[in-house]
Amino acid sequence: MIEQPDNAGSRPRIARLYRLQWEEAQQAHVLLFPEGMIKLNGSAGEILRRCNGERPMAVIVAELEVTFATTGLTADVESFLTAATEKGWVEWSSP
Amino acid sequence: MEQSLNTEQPIINVITPPLWLVAELTYSCPLHCPFCSNPLDFAGEKAELSTTEWIRVLQEARALGAVQLGFSGGEPLMRKDLELLVAEGHRLGYYTNLITSGAGLNEVRIRALKDAGLDHIQLSFQDSTREMNDFLSSARTFDLKRRVAQLIKSHDFPMVMNCVIHRLNIDHADRIIDLAAEIGAEYLELANTQYYGWALRNRDHLIPSRDQLRRAEATVAAKRAALGTRLKILFVVPDYFEGRPKRCMNGWATTILCVNPAGTALPCQAARMLPDMSFPSVRAVSVRDIWYESEAFKRFRGESWMPALCRQCPERGVDYGGCRCQAYLLTGNVNATDPVCDKSPDHGIVLAAIEAGERAPLKPLLFRSPENSRMIMGGLATLE
Ligand code: SF4
Ligand code: SF4
Repeated sequence: MIEQPDNAGSRPRIARLYRLQWEEAQQAHVLLFPEGMIKLNGSAGEILRRCNGERPMAVIVAELEVTFATTGLTADVESFLTAATEKGWVEWSSP
Repeated sequence: MEQSLNTEQPIINVITPPLWLVAELTYSCPLHCPFCSNPLDFAGEKAELSTTEWIRVLQEARALGAVQLGFSGGEPLMRKDLELLVAEGHRLGYYTNLITSGAGLNEVRIRALKDAGLDHIQLSFQDSTREMNDFLSSARTFDLKRRVAQLIKSHDFPMVMNCVIHRLNIDHADRIIDLAAEIGAEYLELANTQYYGWALRNRDHLIPSRDQLRRAEATVAAKRAALGTRLKILFVVPDYFEGRPKRCMNGWATTILCVNPAGTALPCQAARMLPDMSFPSVRAVSVRDIWYESEAFKRFRGESWMPALCRQCPERGVDYGGCRCQAYLLTGNVNATDPVCDKSPDHGIVLAAIEAGERAPLKPLLFRSPENSRMIMGGLATLE
């Protein structure tokens, strides 16, 4: 079963089959997995690089709002992480 | 060995850096698969690159932007320096893939590969039963592969199980899928045979019938529904049956750089036999110059080389006119539209091959071996 971000304390992390890294040549974060690669756009990269299994989603949102000097990112981050969870990129640990 | 690619990349007209380095470390292999994509004349290949030469290739390709690194062959475990090369690849920041038949993988080596930073292992099976697997590899490898699968799991590597699919095993698709689930693979590639090298020589034995394909597609759909996210199954209908070519290698020299055991740099593993091409050697030319400057790599980039049929076709940005190797092998003209395209004037060749596959083959199945390779090079391959 895929755990969903159903609880504010759950902490997302990059799933076991994936590796996230910054690629200088592509000027982008990429997700690497067996025999494949996904090039991420800027905001996807910024969200995923904070998914280290230690920060709850609320903390990630707060960090992003500081970095981009904005507010109200909760819904965007949540919908991205839901999609990323469905794709299998992200797993969740309970608090 | 079979390879697959899963990159998302837009079509653009500037030269993009290579993202994938396929390091074919050796043509040596204890198996003898009759669908092997290695060249028929592999036994005549020059001396293998040394460890130092490979390390330089890894460094130069990484500097250009390559990030996926596949160790392939032949059987890459036949190289004693595999662990060293994996460690260097890992240090450089590649995602490292080992593409293996399992032969030569034991507790000591898998531990060393883990320590070296290997990211993933693709293990091939030839079929779902000992009898068929061992017949198709012409070696007793089924039990060994099962043991290797356990080793891969116990060392916590992501595992792709690969099975090349053809007429002799396609009806076992359900059991092959069960085997993949049982050994705990995360992905299963049911890789339809691509007709190069040994596979082309054996095509009449290997090409499935339309009925077989339809049944296999239904089986895969049912199994996908039953297994859900537990096992991801990749199954692509072979281009012979689709009326459109595949976008070969994501476009000639756009994404993938192959280096063969002797150091010849190729935009695709099959390309070495193309006529009037001089593929550069990493022994003489830097990877940067090979990728950006060599005539061979420029030759089929973009659209200017295309025959009029493709140049005027709205689908040219989808398939780039298809595979150059397939065009040459089937029509004798390397610049032709890939004849698997049903717009090609040569499409009859492909239809005839499908028809021939419905009948009993005339020639015996020819297994991949150094002896058979030398026999073919000597022009003695008239087993008709
Ligand atoms: S003989 Fe079989 S295992 Fe060996 S390289 Fe060819 S396909 Fe792979
Ligand atoms: S004519 Fe050429 S470009 Fe058009 S679909 Fe066929 S192979 Fe592709």
